[in-house]
Amino acid sequence: MKEVLLIKNGEIALKGLNRSTFEDMLVKNIKRRLLASAGKFNFTKSQSTIIAEPAECDTDFESAVEALGKVFGIAAFSRAAVCEKDIDEIKKVALEYLGDDLRSVKTFKVNAKRSDKKFPMTSPEICREVGAHLLRSTPSLKVDVHNPDITVTVEVRDKNVFIHGNQIKGAGGMPVGSAGRVALLVSGGIDSPVAGWMMSKRGLQLNAIHFAAPPYTSKRAEMKVRDLVSIVAKYSGRINFAVVNFTEIQEAIKENCPEELFTIIMRRLMMKISLRLAQKDNCGALVTGESLGQVASQTLGAIACTDAVSDIPVFRPLIGMDKDEIITISRNIGAFETSILPYEDCCTVFTPKHPRTRPTLQLIEEAEGSFDFSEMIERAIENTRYEYVD
Amino acid sequence: MEAYLDNSATTPLCQKAKERMVSSIENNWGNPSSLHEKGIQADTLLKDARKQLAALLSCNEKEVFFTSGGTEGNNLAVFGAAYQHKRKGNRVITSAVEHPSIQKAFDRLAEDGFEVIRIPTDSKGLIDLKKLENAINDKTILVSIMAVNNEVGTIEPIEEIARIVKRKNSPALIHVDAVQAFGKIPLTPKKWGIDLMTVSSHKIHGPKGVGGIFIKEGTKLRPVAVGGGQEKDIRPGTEPMPAIAGFFGAMEELKIKESLAKLTENRDYLVAELEKRDSVVINSPNDALPYIVNFSLRGLRSETVLNLLSDMEIYISSGSACSKGHKSPVLTAMNLPDDIIDSSIRVSMSRFTAKEHLDYLLTGIDTALKVIRKK
Repeated sequence: MKEVLLIKNGEIALKGLNRSTFEDMLVKNIKRRLLASAGKFNFTKSQSTIIAEPAECDTDFESAVEALGKVFGIAAFSRAAVCEKDIDEIKKVALEYLGDDLRSVKTFKVNAKRSDKKFPMTSPEICREVGAHLLRSTPSLKVDVHNPDITVTVEVRDKNVFIHGNQIKGAGGMPVGSAGRVALLVSGGIDSPVAGWMMSKRGLQLNAIHFAAPPYTSKRAEMKVRDLVSIVAKYSGRINFAVVNFTEIQEAIKENCPEELFTIIMRRLMMKISLRLAQKDNCGALVTGESLGQVASQTLGAIACTDAVSDIPVFRPLIGMDKDEIITISRNIGAFETSILPYEDCCTVFTPKHPRTRPTLQLIEEAEGSFDFSEMIERAIENTRYEYVD
Repeated sequence: MEAYLDNSATTPLCQKAKERMVSSIENNWGNPSSLHEKGIQADTLLKDARKQLAALLSCNEKEVFFTSGGTEGNNLAVFGAAYQHKRKGNRVITSAVEHPSIQKAFDRLAEDGFEVIRIPTDSKGLIDLKKLENAINDKTILVSIMAVNNEVGTIEPIEEIARIVKRKNSPALIHVDAVQAFGKIPLTPKKWGIDLMTVSSHKIHGPKGVGGIFIKEGTKLRPVAVGGGQEKDIRPGTEPMPAIAGFFGAMEELKIKESLAKLTENRDYLVAELEKRDSVVINSPNDALPYIVNFSLRGLRSETVLNLLSDMEIYISSGSACSKGHKSPVLTAMNLPDDIIDSSIRVSMSRFTAKEHLDYLLTGIDTALKVIRKK
């Protein structure tokens, strides 16, 4: 039996004249992901559905379904059987294709969509015929038109009929690449991968910037961050990952600035470096995992101080979220287990005992002014290591 | 130069272990249970290896069994004893400083309704014998105490512990986790009145994945795994001949007394040198196993020191993972202050550790003291 994937795009459908640009981008993304996971597919667009047909006969649909669930821009999708436009054939294939599923549930209904009006039966007639056939062959089954366990959908289209069970929910959002490129500051905790995932969901391509401070932070800590970036990349596609050596700067802050301002000054300097790296790579914004009030450096006053450094927008998608909400997403995207591995990250190396929670920009600028960081910043930018993470 | 000073974690293979492994992989890889010549050859090798292990533990060949290593041996001893003898009583006793393969086995016994008592230690890591004595009653079925502590090297008085258990007239079996002691100090479980003792191969320059357990003749254990009758069904499963051969070779190459004398010199030298440095605090007791020296570099986080030394190809281990990570339960049980635990470092030597390695370590420590900013 021939199988295809029917993919319904999400918000793109609401777009006006440039809708096809978005659709083409989505198809390109799907094609690349399926190729990497399950194999080559051919694509056709029909109304708001993208039909993906495997180019080879032994395609691994399980892997394809798993990969599709991670492509932004898809509202829902389903595995469907292809059959000829003949009612007896439809009945036969429906039972063959969905029989096992139907036997394991209690209720079902049939839903028919006839976009080819030349087909001799109306939608209600198709429903009745196919429904009766499935009922007869599966004694344990009952019809429930309001709340069925399975909805059997029969789509009669121009060339073929597609038959499928329940739709699978897609990742939603917009196709990656449709909104431009941003740089994510990633530390190794729970928040930043979630922030990256959320912005990628809105169609952004990601760069990631990590600050390492060897020997205060270890190679394992860096490997952990790379793993996290790779988890996000399963959704966002390839990420350009930059590692900045921050040791010298951290030691200089520690020695030259007031202890209670250490974290904010550190974050400002990270922002300064990130801004430069972002501009070099044509990133239109920075993304951080900050959530208001979570720690001393994420109070309104502290955020105002770090924000002042950046000339481009700083997106903070988690700003209004509680920790448990962030953790839920982290678990869903498969990052949590990795995020909680216990390695030192550079944000916690010289944490002050009593950080200032309500700093003013003037105070910070004065404290920062006591030492000229510019040479160190240049050196850090120059020595930044890059790699692609998939 | 490379200085591998993490021998309590694992050791590299010694020459004899390598030779025996290669020879077993190439020629003597049969199944010892097979009736044909290949099986007979393997069985002969297995018997020789068993003889060697029995000789090292001064016991009968019938009293030693091969396992997959320390964790399995410890699990087998604890579960095997507790579930076999649960009708005689419900109380099981261990210490607060055991290896996780003992600690977590006792956690499971507690979940299963056993009364678990963990004896605390003093600041040297020595278990409180008075408390142990008071804890033992006629419902106690198992006492499991380690011979040498893996983090600080404290040598527990296991002979004395065995005497206490006997004196209290309890039915308890005595198990000793001797993974860190085996091959380093003489062990005579039978003479000491010990029923069960766990040892491992890869801490004595043998391969990973193999170890042994001493079970005093007549002691009944309920096996954890069931299978085809190997190791008298105490630990069934086809014997991994290359690993057992490697373990055999490692045991053959041991020179316990000579090594102990050399290591004592090493330890004394290292401790004397360390004590010349202001911020050093030695955490291991003076009479600890000389293979292990645990110390703290006050003010320097151990993870940072570990990273820096690792870049210099000096390999040690740290007492705590990071500010967020968990702290060593052993050092915590020893009631050491937090700043000592956070900055604690374990150097664990082997008979292949030379003075140059220690000098290079000291260079590394001086670099750390100079380069790393205190928190």
